[in-house]
Amino acid sequence: MSAPLIACHECDLLQHRLPIPEGSVAKCRRCGAPLYRNIPDGVNRTVALAIGGLVLFVFANTFPLLSMQIGEQESSAELYTAVKAMWEQGEKALSMLVTLTCIAAPLTVLTLMLYVFLPLKFGRLAKGTVAVFRLLTTMQNWSMMEVFMLGILVTVVKLVKMATVIPGLGLLSFFVLIFLLAAASASLDTETVWERVDARQ
Amino acid sequence: MTAGEHSALELSLAGCHNCEQVNRIPAGVRGAVMRCPRCGTAIRPRKPDSIARTWALLIAAYVFYVPAMVFPITKITTLGQVQSDTIMSGVIYFLKSGEWPVGLVIFVASVFVPVLKLFILTYLVISLQRRSQWRPRDRTRLYRVTELVGRWSMVDIYVVTLLVTLVKVGAVANIDAGPAALYFAAVVVITIFAANSFDPRLIWDSLEKQQ
Repeated sequence: MSAPLIACHECDLLQHRLPIPEGSVAKCRRCGAPLYRNIPDGVNRTVALAIGGLVLFVFANTFPLLSMQIGEQESSAELYTAVKAMWEQGEKALSMLVTLTCIAAPLTVLTLMLYVFLPLKFGRLAKGTVAVFRLLTTMQNWSMMEVFMLGILVTVVKLVKMATVIPGLGLLSFFVLIFLLAAASASLDTETVWERVDARQ
Repeated sequence: MTAGEHSALELSLAGCHNCEQVNRIPAGVRGAVMRCPRCGTAIRPRKPDSIARTWALLIAAYVFYVPAMVFPITKITTLGQVQSDTIMSGVIYFLKSGEWPVGLVIFVASVFVPVLKLFILTYLVISLQRRSQWRPRDRTRLYRVTELVGRWSMVDIYVVTLLVTLVKVGAVANIDAGPAALYFAAVVVITIFAANSFDPRLIWDSLEKQQ
């Protein structure tokens, strides 16, 4: 039997899906787009990183990211107070956009990763895996925590002249969470998911 | 089978963008919707109306970009005095006050990246319409770049959000978001959709038709 086929996402070239060494990426021979990966231990990695990510997510959302002091006055920003402040100012669309990209999308990604890959670790397939997986990949595009981190850094520099800026525990959690989220996404073993789906049929 | 030489569509095949299974397109379904037998996702060999949709979104993004640059993005009230800042005046302020790395970050994220993304996509759509044969691999790479960098334009929106939250010290100092913030966010979101609606496979299609 010949190797299964794959069509490149970016140039549609039809190619054979040949086995590749662990940890490497197969690239399209015509346009160079990544076709598929061989991720060693991908399921375990994703489960571990998603659990860690969810714990940090709670910290990142409950503790202050930044606090600021001007004279006697002090104020602090947590993710949810930031969203609330924008909403109350009448910038509802912006508030919703920040909620989507920094709270809803990352939380959905982490939760759905666990939902799909935790049962998979025990050789089972969660209900609705197919639809959940589609939502997961869509939400990955809208999770922009790393961009928010850059926003925090710029804000610090902007404020540091007029006030005392104190980084909070939320900021540390946020920073580590970005790396966990990136690592979890990089180890997302789509191959195993579809193998299980095929086996069920 | 002649894998490695033809596009899937030439052989009446189509890969599912969700589960990647390659499926045969039944005769007469070309362009219409079929469902992936494995995962049920709608399969379209090419993104529908790619050129028209991308154009529409690009034009909308260009239109919104003007008020995003012209109107103030923040309004700072200090002791009763109001100072409005546009994106550019913020950049210039940082360059002048010696904080040029921050000025550079804001300039790249808010001015350079969105404009670059719009120009690249515009060029790519025009190259499709002219059935360009020029460097398809590099044009595909350009497309990949626009997909990667677009999200970083959100930086300014996040900065405004944090400033509004933090700088609320009663009469002493207060920062409000200006009208440009919404326009700018619209530009970022619309260009993300524009990049999504562009189909890089069309770059290669016009090459195959030539042969």
